[in-house]
Amino acid sequence: MKFANFMSRKAIRPTLKAAEKADLIREMTGALQEAGEFAEEEHASIVKAILKREELGSTGIGRGVAVPHTKHPSVDKLIGTVGVSPEGVDFNSLDGEKVHLFFLLISPPDRPGDHLRALENISRQLRDDTFCKFLKQSKTVEDIQQLLDEADNNQFG
Amino acid sequence: MSESKLSRRVAIRNSQGLHARPAEMFARLASQFDAAIEVVKEGQRVDAKSILHILTLGAEQGQELLIEATGPDAQDALDALAELTENEFALEPNENQSS
Repeated sequence: MKFANFMSRKAIRPTLKAAEKADLIREMTGALQEAGEFAEEEHASIVKAILKREELGSTGIGRGVAVPHTKHPSVDKLIGTVGVSPEGVDFNSLDGEKVHLFFLLISPPDRPGDHLRALENISRQLRDDTFCKFLKQSKTVEDIQQLLDEADNNQFG
Repeated sequence: MSESKLSRRVAIRNSQGLHARPAEMFARLASQFDAAIEVVKEGQRVDAKSILHILTLGAEQGQELLIEATGPDAQDALDALAELTENEFALEPNENQSS
């Protein structure tokens, strides 16, 4: 599955401001809500679900990357966004490192395959050092959009 | 010290497939062994000790995987990883749901 299939372009955030986990998740889901991906009244419930998933085990998977996610009935297709935290956030990652790169996913409850294929794509790109470096250095929404497009065109990994 | 490569075939049983949480459990368990461990899915070969690598398999329910281990504790590693996978990562039904 390509980034173009699930990334909400309007919700991309090159400079996340939040300094801690819950605020960061709220900032990213807020971006998706502002982009019109789900109704405002669903926001609190989505944040709660993502935080509940984090309690089971951090989605900070190492290399300064986290993939917070949840299933939620308010979406009828997989949606996601990407954000960069220049300062880094303590996300209780496995390797103890601060997280700078965030891929947040919300999927409909009955589509585990789509969620897996999105994780597959994200992890494949993140294995490439050049992709990680460019993403971390991105300053604008356009920088990140271009990077995701290049990844979709198999320019990395 | 045996350095011959041992392997074991396993199938993903849990309904949600090898998503983030089981991938983390798999990589974490694999990392406890000295053996070099790889997972092969239809010709795609990845490092069993890396969550990022495991996630690139995108293995769904029913998918067959080959686990290969080389090193002194290779047999123990295969036994432990096969048990984890066959026990559906010991996830509660609701945990499995919340992915």
